[in-house]
Amino acid sequence: MRSAFLGVVSILALVAAATGQTLRAAEGLNASDTPIDAGGSIDVTWQPSPSEAAGKTPVLGYEVWRAERVTGEYKKVGSVDPGKPSYAFTDNAAENGVTYFYKIRVRNEKMSTDTAPLGPAKASAQWFHPERLNMLIASIALSAFVLYYISQARAGREFFIRRIAGLEAVQEAVGRATEMGKPVLFVPGIADVDDIQTIASLTILGRVATMVAEYDADLLVPCSRSLVMSTAQEVVKEAYLEAGRPDAYQRENIRYLTDDQFGFVAGVDGIMIRDKPAANFYLGTFYAESLILAETGHSIGAIQIAGTAMPSQLPFFIAACDYTLIGEELFAASAYLSREPRLLGSLLGQDWGKVIILVFIILGVFTAFLDQFGVEIFGRSINLAQLFDVR
Amino acid sequence: MRREIPMIVAFVAGVIIILEFFVPALRDVAAGIQNWYLVVVAFAILVGAFNLLRMNYMKIRHRRADWPYSIILIIGLFGMGLTGLIGGIDADTTFDWLFNYFMFPMSSTMFALLAFFVASAAYRAFRARTVDATLLLAAAFIVMLGQVPLGSFWVPSWWPFFLSPAWLKDRIMEIGNTAGQRAILIGASLGVVSTSLRILLGIERSYLGEE
Repeated sequence: MRSAFLGVVSILALVAAATGQTLRAAEGLNASDTPIDAGGSIDVTWQPSPSEAAGKTPVLGYEVWRAERVTGEYKKVGSVDPGKPSYAFTDNAAENGVTYFYKIRVRNEKMSTDTAPLGPAKASAQWFHPERLNMLIASIALSAFVLYYISQARAGREFFIRRIAGLEAVQEAVGRATEMGKPVLFVPGIADVDDIQTIASLTILGRVATMVAEYDADLLVPCSRSLVMSTAQEVVKEAYLEAGRPDAYQRENIRYLTDDQFGFVAGVDGIMIRDKPAANFYLGTFYAESLILAETGHSIGAIQIAGTAMPSQLPFFIAACDYTLIGEELFAASAYLSREPRLLGSLLGQDWGKVIILVFIILGVFTAFLDQFGVEIFGRSINLAQLFDVR
Repeated sequence: MRREIPMIVAFVAGVIIILEFFVPALRDVAAGIQNWYLVVVAFAILVGAFNLLRMNYMKIRHRRADWPYSIILIIGLFGMGLTGLIGGIDADTTFDWLFNYFMFPMSSTMFALLAFFVASAAYRAFRARTVDATLLLAAAFIVMLGQVPLGSFWVPSWWPFFLSPAWLKDRIMEIGNTAGQRAILIGASLGVVSTSLRILLGIERSYLGEE
């Protein structure tokens, strides 16, 4: 009697499957903590329901259900559209340390089928990004060099710093403006203060402003960001104070023009044409406006000193300006102008970093070359270049 | 304290942002700091707008050179602001019309000046007065020739491939130019690390207006 009943059920199931009336559950469900994250999320992955894979039953979608106990009350936490070879869902509403169980519900127009619950899975924060170990070692090594030479400078050791023509010319440019009775124009780029080039530019502005205050010239600083303007006002004010000329400080000379790139260019060009500064400084982050500014400055006969770490803009500055600080020289400028031993020490540390990078580049090229011929050591590739992949 | 507090803020914020690169658990904290920065920037926009208004008002009041332009600027500032606030900034609004038919053409005009400035700067840079300038001129000539269809058009079939402008252009751009750009970037990156350390450790304080 029982076997007859089972036989009937099997036949009905086969008939239902053949007519698309059954819906089989998703397969290969897996739930685990999201790797390398700040916690609070669990990755859930699964394979399509065989019904969908067979293409017999149109599947409307998959729903992700979650509970804190295997037999607890499951709540829907998300859904995924069908039609993919495999599925993934990240549950970003998980709490760290709480155990969760998941099941996937596949739906079609007539019915839905759940997988068996899977778990427990726990979300947790990771405290180290293992794929960035190479960057950590490089950063520590470079920082160690910089700190070592700063400590050496503190101990009184003197360093040789090569002559940087663009920075030697700063005094000449400010002096020329003073003699001609014309202002000095300082453009701190078009990026905000969260850009390190802008910070470097503002540190140089402090040195230039001190010089301008000592020479009793005028300093114009048009800014394309409000926060840069506020910072520049403070920097220049303190520089004038230090030079013993607080009365000469003119707050309105450090002005905000606009955030718009070409609106800013139009504004600065207008200042150049009207006030005819004798010395122009373009230091910081620049994009397409670099050449428009530098050529306008050239047309009014100003001595021009530019500096940026944007490789695509350097050729324009080199073509149109008298002096250009290339990349690292922009960051070295503050130390160079101040001649403060601790700052100069950091430059030497930076140079040693360069030496190490150079050694690794040569080794990387050499080992990559050998790798082309299948050279291995202890059965492993000797290509050092792969050590420097950053993820 | 006027110096110490900004230095402490710079140190704490800087260290957390750097550590976040290596410690995923700090991502939320770092995101919080970056959000705070955005809040500060949002308020600073008001400071900038007020400064702009004050400067141009003073210019009009004292009838300084080109003061009528300041009237146009103030009308533009309030005009764009008000039309955006009243009618919204979606497509087919007055703000959108002003943007498309005033702001955009004016920006494009300034950008278009670049073409003329490139010509004048190139003229000066490419004058073959020194060996360096002559090399620059030759490289620029080859790259320009290799970049346009005309550069390959005249090359006969028997011409050695390594003397064709397109092949030479690729070598100059992929080897010489890329190597040069990478060298600049490596130097600049080291400069960034060094400057960041100086600021974090409080050695570089001129951005606070102090030697």
